[in-house]
Amino acid sequence: MTELTQLTIAKARDGLENKDFSASELAEAHIKAMEDARGLNAFITETPEIALERAREADTRRGKGKGKGEALGAMDGIPIAIKDLFATEGVLTTAGSHILDGFVPPYESTVSANLRSDGAVMLGKANLDEFAMGSANVTSYYGAVKNPWKASTGKNAGKDLVPGGSSGGSAAAVASNIAMAAIGTDTGGSIRQPASFTGIVGLKPTYGRCSRWGTVAFASSLDQAGPMTKTVADAAIMLQSMAGYDAKDSTSADIALPDFEKALSGDIRGLKVGVPKEYRLDGIDEEITRLWDNGISWLKSAGAEIIEVSLPTTKYALPTYYIVAPAEASANLARYDGVRFGLRVPGESLDDLYRNTRGEGFGDEVKRRILMGTYVLSAGYYDAYYMKAQRVRTLISNDFKKAFADVDVLLTPTAPSAAFAIGEKQDDPIAMYLNDVFTVPASLAGLPGISIPAGLSVDGLPLGLQLIGRAFDEETLLRAAGVLETAADFTSNSGGLK
Amino acid sequence: MSIDKETVQKIAYLARIRVSDAQLEPLAGEISGILEWIEQLSELDTDGVEPMASVAEMTLPMRKDAVTDGNCQAAVLKNAPDSEDGFFAVPKVVE
Repeated sequence: MTELTQLTIAKARDGLENKDFSASELAEAHIKAMEDARGLNAFITETPEIALERAREADTRRGKGKGKGEALGAMDGIPIAIKDLFATEGVLTTAGSHILDGFVPPYESTVSANLRSDGAVMLGKANLDEFAMGSANVTSYYGAVKNPWKASTGKNAGKDLVPGGSSGGSAAAVASNIAMAAIGTDTGGSIRQPASFTGIVGLKPTYGRCSRWGTVAFASSLDQAGPMTKTVADAAIMLQSMAGYDAKDSTSADIALPDFEKALSGDIRGLKVGVPKEYRLDGIDEEITRLWDNGISWLKSAGAEIIEVSLPTTKYALPTYYIVAPAEASANLARYDGVRFGLRVPGESLDDLYRNTRGEGFGDEVKRRILMGTYVLSAGYYDAYYMKAQRVRTLISNDFKKAFADVDVLLTPTAPSAAFAIGEKQDDPIAMYLNDVFTVPASLAGLPGISIPAGLSVDGLPLGLQLIGRAFDEETLLRAAGVLETAADFTSNSGGLK
Repeated sequence: MSIDKETVQKIAYLARIRVSDAQLEPLAGEISGILEWIEQLSELDTDGVEPMASVAEMTLPMRKDAVTDGNCQAAVLKNAPDSEDGFFAVPKVVE
């Protein structure tokens, strides 16, 4: 039998139903893996007792003998990691920040509550960039996360690499078989880029598909939770559980959920796949272009029609994002004042208390973004920066609307490079921001995007391809992703993890 | 557009973040770099384009004016640094 930690959700579901193993055995195997891989620093808080308790409950529901018993569905008994940006009842929630010291929410985020009520087993709270601000998981107060992959050749051979970010702990946990799946969040690429860097599947659903209630807010018009999994089918299964209307989030979409797993028909004959010409950046690594061309030919062989499209505002997406996201962050993070919860650093006056707490409690990248956001929203600059960015955002969204009049999905690379070394790009914010050049445009337009592991770099590191879909058409996105996954045959081509 | 140390100090005060004198110069450099990079947006003609605040094409829903939560004083106070008689006890925040 395959080792329990190597199973996908779909296989574990079958195994649990056949009583090949119990949820408790699954939990124990993953807890052991989590302990053995502490060197990756993928978790901020491990919750083995909670995992074992929920696994026992899952086993009780399934009962003895073959069959489902009273199982709650596909996620019942599945061990997962939860990005430490989701409030979890009775469990420390840090957002990777010093400023939330000791914060134990008395409530559960809607997304994690949905998974919990479907029987998912929480292994722990995954490390992340502080307040989800970063593309390398190096800004966490709890230290950098290591990518389980290592380069076999090249300038970074043997070095510790970043797992991408901000959902770096979630990505590392899934890639190293510590967690069968993980919840991430994506504001400008924080699910898709780490998925690409670690060779897993990462799905950012349409804005509004998953509730934001109980998720620590970064940029509210962009933040969206999504699954990070080993396969496309698992992403479909997990999204089914996470998603859905929630009256507690006023931007949550009151749209019935389709059966996402059923969408994976494997048939994309006649599907129109757009290839945006503006994503062919000057000076991009040749291996990224080659990967993209492979993806195009795989989809073509599967019967899709490839159409070149134009998204003319693409190059302005990243600077737009770096006005909109910091502006929203500066407003959202105003609540951390040291008064009612979390860290407090006293001062002579009330202003001093605020300034001391926030000066000590926030890390450098978070401070930089709050200051940027404060500046672009300040009197005299609001129109020149913030309003301008909001107008450009409309143009970006219109680009996609035009493209989707002619095509069903778009195919692009996920990230402009493979994983880089911890410490690289640290002193150059813009170089770091460029990691999200291919993921940010869809975020600004609120569209669903998925990263699928599609090949290896010359140095032996995973590279992902991104598919972008129409709003609330995750079904077509998943269907195309499934075909791409089969064609890329990533797991067997790479020989699994090194 | 580049900004100087004094501007950083001003926005740091607006954001209520203590920044040491030694950090002002590097921050001014970094933020100026980002602002210069952002400057490329001025190449785009956005006259007459509606600003987009949210991608959600929906109007804000109204909910029933009903109590749906509450009676959880102990849970609410759990994260209070200090509490007295069921209230948060905090430093004086009205000056």
